[in-house]
Amino acid sequence: MTHPDVLVIGAGMVGAWTALGLAERGLRVLVVDGGVPGGGSTGAAMGHLVVMDDSPAQLALCAHAMMRWRTAAPELPPSAEYDPAGTLWLACSDDELAEAHRKQEVYAVAGVSTEVLDAVALGQAEPLVAPGLAGGLRVPGDAICYPPAIVRTLLERAIALGAIVINQAVRAIRPGGAQLTDGTWLEAGVVVVAAGPQSGMLVPDLPVIPRRGHLVITERAPRRIHHQLVELGYLHSAHTLGGASVAFNVQPRVTGQLLVGSSRELVGFAPGLNRELLAMMLARASAIVPALAGMRVIRSWTGFRPATPDALPLIGAWPALERTWIATGHEGLGITLAPATADLIVAGILGEPPPVPSAAFAPDRPMPTLAAA
Amino acid sequence: MRRRRHDVVVVGAGPAGLSAAATAASMGRSVLLLDQAPRPGGQIWRHRAGASLPARARHLLDRVRESGAVHAVATVVDAPAPDTLMVDFGGRVDLVHTAAVVLATGAVERLLPFPGWTLPGVTGVGGLQALLKGGLQVRGRRIVLAGTGPLLYPVAASLATAGARVLAVLEQAPFSAVAKFGTRALRDPHRFVDAVRWRATAWRSAWHHDAWVVRAEGGERLEAVTISVGGRERRIACDWLGAAAGLVPRTELARLLGCALEGEAIAVDATQATSIPGIWAAGECTGVKGDAAAVLEGEIAGATAAGDGGGMASRHAVARGQGIAFGRQLADTFALQPALRTRVTPEAMLCRCEDVRVGAIDPAWTARQAKLWTRVGMGVCQGTVCGVACTALYGWEPPQVRPPLAAPPLAAWARWLTDVDSPTES
Repeated sequence: MTHPDVLVIGAGMVGAWTALGLAERGLRVLVVDGGVPGGGSTGAAMGHLVVMDDSPAQLALCAHAMMRWRTAAPELPPSAEYDPAGTLWLACSDDELAEAHRKQEVYAVAGVSTEVLDAVALGQAEPLVAPGLAGGLRVPGDAICYPPAIVRTLLERAIALGAIVINQAVRAIRPGGAQLTDGTWLEAGVVVVAAGPQSGMLVPDLPVIPRRGHLVITERAPRRIHHQLVELGYLHSAHTLGGASVAFNVQPRVTGQLLVGSSRELVGFAPGLNRELLAMMLARASAIVPALAGMRVIRSWTGFRPATPDALPLIGAWPALERTWIATGHEGLGITLAPATADLIVAGILGEPPPVPSAAFAPDRPMPTLAAA
Repeated sequence: MRRRRHDVVVVGAGPAGLSAAATAASMGRSVLLLDQAPRPGGQIWRHRAGASLPARARHLLDRVRESGAVHAVATVVDAPAPDTLMVDFGGRVDLVHTAAVVLATGAVERLLPFPGWTLPGVTGVGGLQALLKGGLQVRGRRIVLAGTGPLLYPVAASLATAGARVLAVLEQAPFSAVAKFGTRALRDPHRFVDAVRWRATAWRSAWHHDAWVVRAEGGERLEAVTISVGGRERRIACDWLGAAAGLVPRTELARLLGCALEGEAIAVDATQATSIPGIWAAGECTGVKGDAAAVLEGEIAGATAAGDGGGMASRHAVARGQGIAFGRQLADTFALQPALRTRVTPEAMLCRCEDVRVGAIDPAWTARQAKLWTRVGMGVCQGTVCGVACTALYGWEPPQVRPPLAAPPLAAWARWLTDVDSPTES
């Protein structure tokens, strides 16, 4: 394709939704990625579609994204493993249960319905959770999915609408163009950088860095956990280790396997495992779900989330480079927020009003420096 | 978790591992020899208490016993560093620190998918022999063997000796190739005697070349197989089918440790050193070439790991080269016929753990693509079985290995991981 309207760099969940959104509006789209589509941060992700409320802007974007996911779900293939299991936020203390009530009010304002469970109701909903917890907050609209299969489907649809996907890595970008590693320059009307944590290598001064996470998966077993389980203490996790942290996060797969997370650490793109952190993560998980202790672990892996200093994504034009748009920096919410991100980018490129307020995500907003992140 | 220190840790107690352990220990090193099986000997010399073994196996086992090497029934679960192995000694896990690791992890069977291969009653060729050695009663049972290479001979013979009716033995290689190999290889009197004895024991069986299994049939378990001989199909009612497309080096631990591979085998130099300092490898895991070569390579690996400065390697350089040449002859003679790949049917199960059939894979995909999109190889065996098949069918590199090995319980692994960085107990 010579001179496409839009060149999308990165074929992860964000790039795939964006490419499809643009193609659906009749634009000629070229997607480039040096790896397998959905094989970067997307492939390492848990696939938890979850509403978060760190800020009103984030909550509104999540609510819009979940609406898009629910609309898309019936058309997804079985391989997408879309499962409207909902999220159950666990309150370990009365303070955290108070936080559940606060969260319920905030979510209600954004039109997200929830249910506060007391200790007894929690025990009935999830018998495997250790006794002694204060309760929880159920978010029935949340879901679980298998991200790589969804990327494949979205790209197939974009291709059916005329988009082209090429398997080549991008070395550099300039206004309206990108250079492949073989030296060729691709020209386009506009460029969308959706290269996840690697976006920072293409766009000078873009405030995005990799934040490594570990995940572990168990063998198959009869399904005995019904929601994605996360702890309300997630954001103020006391279990830190030199800036690294772990939090309880357990996801039931359709196979009965359990995906166990989570950890966060800033180590660049370092490969390999941090076994000490992994041990803390697993200990935390089996403290809250004791039955995990006896389940066999078949694999562990790490992935890199695109993190920003203020924990909000970078979605919008990048003024330092003309005709360049940014769609990254979602940290752990990239899978959830991908369809909403695509909507903002499509609206921006076409000069239409955004479906939800987007000023908070402007990539050039004032931000603390990365070192302080 | 307890910590142990040894000068040399040998993983695998088959011919190469036994030889490496005996050699290193006789040079005064403290040696730990690990194997999953309760008795040393590996797959080839797998035996029950009191069972008779070939003289060279008895000799080697005696050497190990006299050398002072410590033999333990154990599984490596993780390798936090090349000099640190996390080892499960039957429920008790220790961190084993060592200056040198010798990988002698042997070979596994290459199981190629055909319809019905996951039915009870269908095993590998070596797999059937292992069941027999484990006490499987085969008297009067009807058996078909399908495979490739010299392993077919002793397996057919031992089944016949145990009273089984070995109805057919299928060798996938064409007769011309096998005959040419035979006239060369059988100049070795040892091999000649063995081959004649084995073939004579299984004299009632029909031996076919250019032959392979088309499908296995049955309800609850195997009832019949359809075979193809020189392109013509035939159905045989039987109770057991042992089918495998030869042997491939077993390299999970080597890959976890980061050792480079050459094809499917662990890459080694003339001293059996791998690409990772402090790690040596010997025997079938460095390329399938038989037990004689494995014993020799084990001796070289054991000596260099014990710090002999390469003396043993230079003394045995010529014999080592002959072993490698024999391995190359084996590989050429028993190379898989293209039909074995092209005949694989879409409905055949490729990955048992994740329920992925052959038809779900586009051969043009990369391994990573297939894994992400179909979950092939992501199940409980972590591609130990289907990874080998995929390499044969699609030419993919053996998959990356991610800890833990051997699927330990979550809490146990977490506890061990906590201990990795804690101070050493003495």
